[in-house]
Amino acid sequence: MTVTKSETLPIRSGDDVVRVRQQVRALAIDIGLGLVDQTKIITAASELARNTLDYGGGGEVRAEIVQAGTRKGLRLTFEDQGPGIADIEQAMTDHYTSGKGLGLGLGGAKRLSNEFHIESTSGVGTRVTIARWK
Amino acid sequence: MSMDGADVLKRALTEDEAAILEAWYISLREGTSLQSGRIREAELQTQAKAVFGQLRDGLSSGGVDADADSYTPLRENLADISRSRAIQGFTPTDTANFVFSLKEPIFEALRRKSAADASALAAGVWAAGKVLDRLGLLTMEVYLASREEVIGRQGQEIAELSTPVVRLWDGVLALPLIGTLDSARTGVVMENLLQAIVDEEAEIAIIDITGVPTVDTLVAQHLLKTVAAARLMGADCIVSGIRPQIAQTMVHLGVELNVVSKATLADAFALALRRTGRKVVRQQATVTGEHR
Repeated sequence: MTVTKSETLPIRSGDDVVRVRQQVRALAIDIGLGLVDQTKIITAASELARNTLDYGGGGEVRAEIVQAGTRKGLRLTFEDQGPGIADIEQAMTDHYTSGKGLGLGLGGAKRLSNEFHIESTSGVGTRVTIARWK
Repeated sequence: MSMDGADVLKRALTEDEAAILEAWYISLREGTSLQSGRIREAELQTQAKAVFGQLRDGLSSGGVDADADSYTPLRENLADISRSRAIQGFTPTDTANFVFSLKEPIFEALRRKSAADASALAAGVWAAGKVLDRLGLLTMEVYLASREEVIGRQGQEIAELSTPVVRLWDGVLALPLIGTLDSARTGVVMENLLQAIVDEEAEIAIIDITGVPTVDTLVAQHLLKTVAAARLMGADCIVSGIRPQIAQTMVHLGVELNVVSKATLADAFALALRRTGRKVVRQQATVTGEHR
């Protein structure tokens, strides 16, 4: 699997979340994702970017276009140096939230992506990687 | 120091005015402002001449502190110039270069005047640099401030234009949402709708999300809260404008809106009319009668 394009965006404010969505949209169009798949990855990115901001205290996202053979995909890695998630399984449960949201963001992002990977260490930070393939 | 920098500079500006202006015109003519065609050469020269005169006046009574009172006419003139540059669409470089391109002719004049006296030359150059840098920065400040003003005004316009509540019929309101909903705007939108429900004694409010590019859990949460609040006030909500891709995404997200929703505003309106006991009927007889 090779990375053909990579860019990093900061997530420090609500405006940055909007910018992440716009950038993800541009990349999704770039690799030729259909309208539904575009909307799915943009929505997932929106959820994770807002998690990074609200629960991780800000961080950044690395957006990459990856190629495996003839397949192209969009991979997004969200990273923060926040408090981390103590119980990932609980955090992934639908309708569970430690804040005041709907508690569907993480589970929803997983269902909206082809690949989903989360790692988190208490006190160190959280990294979530998602990918959507064409 | 044998001589004050301000005096050296003043003397050079007074005695060498014609040569400095001539050199300045040439460097302005070579600059990009003229080539862009946004300003005529004669206008540029008039501005340059005025600025030069005011600079000399400022120097003669206020020294090299460009923030001093004696520089007020110059500062105001430069502010006007940069403001009009910003509006006319000059680049920041063009705008700043108007002042900075005066440096070379002045340094040149100083060199001619004080070539023999190194310390006077250094003092003069330092004085000229100090004044011109400050004035250059001032033009940039004004340029940016005018740009920010434009941006601020646009922001306000966007906020105002994107939150109208429309009365479709007696007791039927529509709220066409446009743009992102994850900002402070959402509060305004909600407030407007709830107030309109009171004012219009509305029974049904249609929230149209055709213009919302992404519906994520935060947007869904805002919608749910608005619907719940409207319900408490005795109005039913219909959410319309849910496009196929949004519907699929919402299902994957696991968001349940628990509210009547329709694909288009027209469908929602038809439902609202039916609920309020009205019907839209085609006047078939009259129409065909007219055609014959």
